[in-house]
Amino acid sequence: MHNFEYHRPSSLDEVAKLLSDSEEAKIVAGGMTLIPTMKQRLAAPSAVIDLGGISELKGVSEDGGNVVVGAMTTHGEVAGDSTVQSKIPALAEAAKHIGDAQVRNRGTIGGSIANNDPAADYPAVLVGLGASVKTNKREIAADDFFVDMFETALEDDEIVVSVSFPVPEKAGYAKFENPASRYAIVGVMVSQGPQGTRVAVTGAGPCAFRVKEMEQALDGNFSADALDGISVPADDLNSDIHASAEYRAHLVGVMAKRAVRAAS
Amino acid sequence: MPDTGIGASTRRKEDQRFLTGKGRYTDDLNRPGQTYAVFVRSPHAHAGLKNVDTSAAESAEGVVAVFTGKDMEDDGVGSLPCGWTVVDKEGNPHKGPPHFPLARYKVRYVGDHVAVVIAETLEQARDAAELVEVDYDEQPANVEPAKAMDAPQLHDDAPNNLCYDWELGDGGAVDEAISKAHHVAKLDLVNNRLIPNAIEPRAAIGEYDEGTDSYTIYSTSQNPHLLRLILCAFVLNLPEHKVRVIAPDVGGGFGSKIYAYAEETVCTWASKRINRPVKWTAERAESFLADAHGRDHVTHVELAMDEDGNFTALKVQTTANMGAYLSNFATCIPTYLYATLLAGQYKTPVIYANVKAVFTNTAPVDAYRGAGRPEATFLLERVVEVAAREMDMDPAELRRRNFIPPDAFPYDTPVALTYDTGNYEAALDEALKMIDYQNFSERKAESEKRGKLRGIGFSAYIEACGIAPSAVVGALGAGVGLWESAQVRFNATGSVSVFTGSHSHGQGHETTFAQLVSETLGVPYESINIVHGDTGSIPMGMGTYGSRSLAVGGSAIQKACDKVIDKGKKIAAHMLEASVDDIEFDKGAFRVAGTDKEKSIAEVAFAAYVPHDYPEGVEPGLDETAFYDPANFTYPAGVHICEVEIDPDTGEVEIADWVAVDDFGRVINPMIVEGQVHGGIAQGVGQALLEHGIYDPESGQLITGSYMDYTMPRADDLPSFKVGMTETLCTHNPLGVKGCGEAGAIAAPPAVINAITDALGVMHMDMPATREKIWRAAQQNRQPQAAE
Repeated sequence: MHNFEYHRPSSLDEVAKLLSDSEEAKIVAGGMTLIPTMKQRLAAPSAVIDLGGISELKGVSEDGGNVVVGAMTTHGEVAGDSTVQSKIPALAEAAKHIGDAQVRNRGTIGGSIANNDPAADYPAVLVGLGASVKTNKREIAADDFFVDMFETALEDDEIVVSVSFPVPEKAGYAKFENPASRYAIVGVMVSQGPQGTRVAVTGAGPCAFRVKEMEQALDGNFSADALDGISVPADDLNSDIHASAEYRAHLVGVMAKRAVRAAS
Repeated sequence: MPDTGIGASTRRKEDQRFLTGKGRYTDDLNRPGQTYAVFVRSPHAHAGLKNVDTSAAESAEGVVAVFTGKDMEDDGVGSLPCGWTVVDKEGNPHKGPPHFPLARYKVRYVGDHVAVVIAETLEQARDAAELVEVDYDEQPANVEPAKAMDAPQLHDDAPNNLCYDWELGDGGAVDEAISKAHHVAKLDLVNNRLIPNAIEPRAAIGEYDEGTDSYTIYSTSQNPHLLRLILCAFVLNLPEHKVRVIAPDVGGGFGSKIYAYAEETVCTWASKRINRPVKWTAERAESFLADAHGRDHVTHVELAMDEDGNFTALKVQTTANMGAYLSNFATCIPTYLYATLLAGQYKTPVIYANVKAVFTNTAPVDAYRGAGRPEATFLLERVVEVAAREMDMDPAELRRRNFIPPDAFPYDTPVALTYDTGNYEAALDEALKMIDYQNFSERKAESEKRGKLRGIGFSAYIEACGIAPSAVVGALGAGVGLWESAQVRFNATGSVSVFTGSHSHGQGHETTFAQLVSETLGVPYESINIVHGDTGSIPMGMGTYGSRSLAVGGSAIQKACDKVIDKGKKIAAHMLEASVDDIEFDKGAFRVAGTDKEKSIAEVAFAAYVPHDYPEGVEPGLDETAFYDPANFTYPAGVHICEVEIDPDTGEVEIADWVAVDDFGRVINPMIVEGQVHGGIAQGVGQALLEHGIYDPESGQLITGSYMDYTMPRADDLPSFKVGMTETLCTHNPLGVKGCGEAGAIAAPPAVINAITDALGVMHMDMPATREKIWRAAQQNRQPQAAE
């Protein structure tokens, strides 16, 4: 790890100022990606701005028909939160299976979505639940937030504040884990409710995506059987030593069915 | 049942310090004036070193020195040796090209050592390492053993990248038997490359003492004396009495910490050059790149049978990957620890093996838990399974039919070993009972109702352990003897210190050996401590590998205890005013036979150190040393049976049940033995389902260079094991013990693959049997499955 300055501001305004002062500064949330990258000397920011001291970014609250999760809320906190568990159990279930206990105690929802790892769980969770992302500048629908592999709609000086999830009538998440990293080889979130019927996939492609054909099929008949015969093309999917594109395409169907069966 | 003697599941002495974070590992140690070493490693699989410019690094902040292969060459530092000469088919010794600690002129795998940067702090060394400018002349590389003989040549003195072309057995007789056979089962298979991954990465501190012109090396070694011997005699040209090697607590080895590596060599050498201690601790990424890997064979096997399924011949052709250079014992693994085990538990009358060892642009390959024996067992138990299916015979019964019967021991195999004892059918019977084999078809039907495919897989394994009789291995090319030593020292107040050449790095020797001594000398378990791992305090020792610690090291301890008792009898006779011949020793007391006159061994020890009234001609002290060189290998054997359940829709496989019935001879601590079995199976399951060291065939880059891609087995991949035991005592060591450390890793892979291929109805699947491979096979077989 190269030397760097460390800042722990207590307000978003301070963060904005620190960012504008230093071109090479990086924001760190839980540090689950940035810190290992720095340790491997693949990233060498001049300064690291730790969001851990900003209390308004933490915690879960209810806002009308929405569950609002602060950007600095850890996966462990989401998984264990009673509001999340009662209103959107699929969200708690998804968070419960991110990484391992250490990652869940450090990693945050804001850090995860801002990084937009193609195999992370949260992109599919947000898109599949029709969430919206509040930043220090605006509100962005999850559908528009995740742009491409490791790329989001966030501007350079834009910071995720919270994620708002409309409470669905039912939702389920199923994940086929990479046996080594336990990231998603394929993860599918399905939901039905005020946000419509949604099927969102992570891990399979370069970025989380929705499967419209499955959504239409589930719209009238929210059952695993409704997905029979619906497949996604393998053409644009990821292929690596853990799974070929063809296998991933097949798993999207299997995991979608499992997610529907798990939905509550 | 005693709670601390032989046969007791005594809790481990080691647990107190390990479970409370009080273990002392090499990286925990820091020496006054210590510096930190970082290695500059080759990013290329094969390249000439046109120029290594260290000037910028040398002038960087905190840098003490930067060294390259040229500096070591100028200082007369030698090559890391291969300690086992294998003689090829033509009678020539294997090709052993030099393996310099820092590369000279050329690098041959990704991770090869180009330079070392030594600085005041680790961060400074890392920063400066990035400033070493290396001008590489990239050359085409090959990482695949099967293509090695046609690939670009790695070493000038190894044409066709061939290390040796070796054979064992009567090829003519085998070919004749095959030509006359009723049926020949054939199989092509790969034994996948594994990366060891001990929980503690390798580490070393080299320290030179100018006052005494001597060195101390702290190292994560499984065998401190052997490391000292190799470094002194072959590499650094130092007198052994001027070098002390300390291997403190070591967190696992599995073979990978047997060898003398570049890093501790460089730290030791550099400590004199800069006259300060030099410390290096591997990052996990370095462990992946530069620890010796395991396995990596490509094999064709043929098993001939008569019409009743009696095996009539076995023929094996293997290409074994040595990696870019020969690690210390690389040559003997696919020969004398592999081909000699091809009889397995069977009375196959003729066997022939041909092994070609080749160089590739990959990390060196050497012994890894089981070392040769897992490879032999995998091919044998796989081809036996194929034979059973092709002959439409029950796989358990085909094995039973061919077992060496209990009354045939000692049994000379056609591949150079003499099995001393065993009862293979007893283990099979017990295993069949434990797994409830007769009701397997019901369980299979029940799985099918749930849309799952169930399979059962057998593995009847044998291993040659207790390595090894020195005269035998010497005749086969070993450069060292493989005895072990022990010193049993009574302290004046009755406690006992045992000094052993065996090294414990997770095996629980401090407990097992103390139980052995407690039982033998009748001294309380708590009053015994086991000292190991320091050439400055223990007698010569050859270390821990090949499941040898109890069979060889424990036997040496037993012999030293016997000497203590013999001497104690003389002292006790004097104290009891009796003749030595009348003194009996039992449960810690010397007694005049037929009387109640006795002296405890503690009283005798006290008298030995305070010899005011003492027998004439007897030396003071009660402190005896013994060396033990075994007469034969030991032959642990057993039967493992695995049941799997497969989801054909995803290829997910669940190990539904696992039965292990092993014969380890006498068991000192059943809990520790079960733990060894569990850990071995976990590693074997890892090989069968998950682990695979993969290099990119084009670039030679290690693709599985971290835990993001290299899949280690975890608790949730494994079932609760059912462990059973049978017992035939080893006939040639004083304890009747055989060794248990490697059994699980040897037995498990074929059990898993036999179960998976049984479930899928296919003949073979290469390891690791990934979910995708299983899914594809399940898809292809859906039609016939449905038609059944």
